[in-house]
Amino acid sequence: MSRIGVVTFPGTLDDRDASRAVRLAGGEPVALWHGDADLRGVDAVVLPGGFSYGDYLRAGAISRFAPVMSEIVDAANRGLPVLGICNGFQVLTEAHLLPGSMIKNDHLHFVCREQVLSVENADTAWTRDYTQGERITIPLKNQDGQYVADEHTLDELEGEGRVVFRYQDVNPNGSRRGIAGISNARGNVVGLMPHPEHAVEPGFGPDGAKGPRSGTDGLRFFTSVLSALVG
Amino acid sequence: MGRVVVDVMPKPEILDPQGKAVAAALSRLGFDQFASVRQGKRFELEVEGEVTQEALDAARAAGEQVLSNPVIEDVVAVYADETAVTA
Repeated sequence: MSRIGVVTFPGTLDDRDASRAVRLAGGEPVALWHGDADLRGVDAVVLPGGFSYGDYLRAGAISRFAPVMSEIVDAANRGLPVLGICNGFQVLTEAHLLPGSMIKNDHLHFVCREQVLSVENADTAWTRDYTQGERITIPLKNQDGQYVADEHTLDELEGEGRVVFRYQDVNPNGSRRGIAGISNARGNVVGLMPHPEHAVEPGFGPDGAKGPRSGTDGLRFFTSVLSALVG
Repeated sequence: MGRVVVDVMPKPEILDPQGKAVAAALSRLGFDQFASVRQGKRFELEVEGEVTQEALDAARAAGEQVLSNPVIEDVVAVYADETAVTA
């Protein structure tokens, strides 16, 4: 069974949910600690959401220097699948694994909603179980969610198919070009602001086609990486 | 103790949502002479003894590598705070 590491920093909130999502998808979650420079032989890593180090300095800025992060950066550069969700996405940009950055939502409010996204690239390690252009609904909840990068970087991301998710129906935070998630050039590192791990089990997710809280559109992030690892 | 100040501001091309909110609040309170507001960060780094050139260089390096994110922010000033009391 594939082993998926889930990192806990001080102030991480969604590590339990991420581990549960891995288990529901059929993988074995492995707890990784920010202070240990040790990936415990995992096959992939999830950086979950929360407010690591209280978002002090900038969201994700201090986590980047945690001992576990230097291991993750090295392994990601060798092809290890890495998914950053919300604060995890912010950590990946601060660690230079993904370009751009997040600033405060344009309307300055914390936003918590069921958000529709389009899957713009179904070829990454974390999206291969989706179809290109598919619309999915997963929760979005953050304060610093406005994705920004310079025009050259944005053009490069678009041109190389590295915009993996785009907000649909509404741009909830002013993100440039409606970008909700991106990948690195190789497609093994993916970061997004919305939360797939909160939409993996009927009865506990967003409203879906089968009724209130029936949405499980996030589960295929985790089945995707498991099938990518099997080959 | 000497003190080095590092000022970090959002890049000019980055819209500053906090600054815009502050500007709106000022205008509501009758401070209508300000056309816009940008909000940045000031870091005070204390050193033992006088502020040396070496300390200033280290503060600039820290400012560029850690205290700011070059995608969204600029280090706009690094200087010794002359008002700090030297022990």
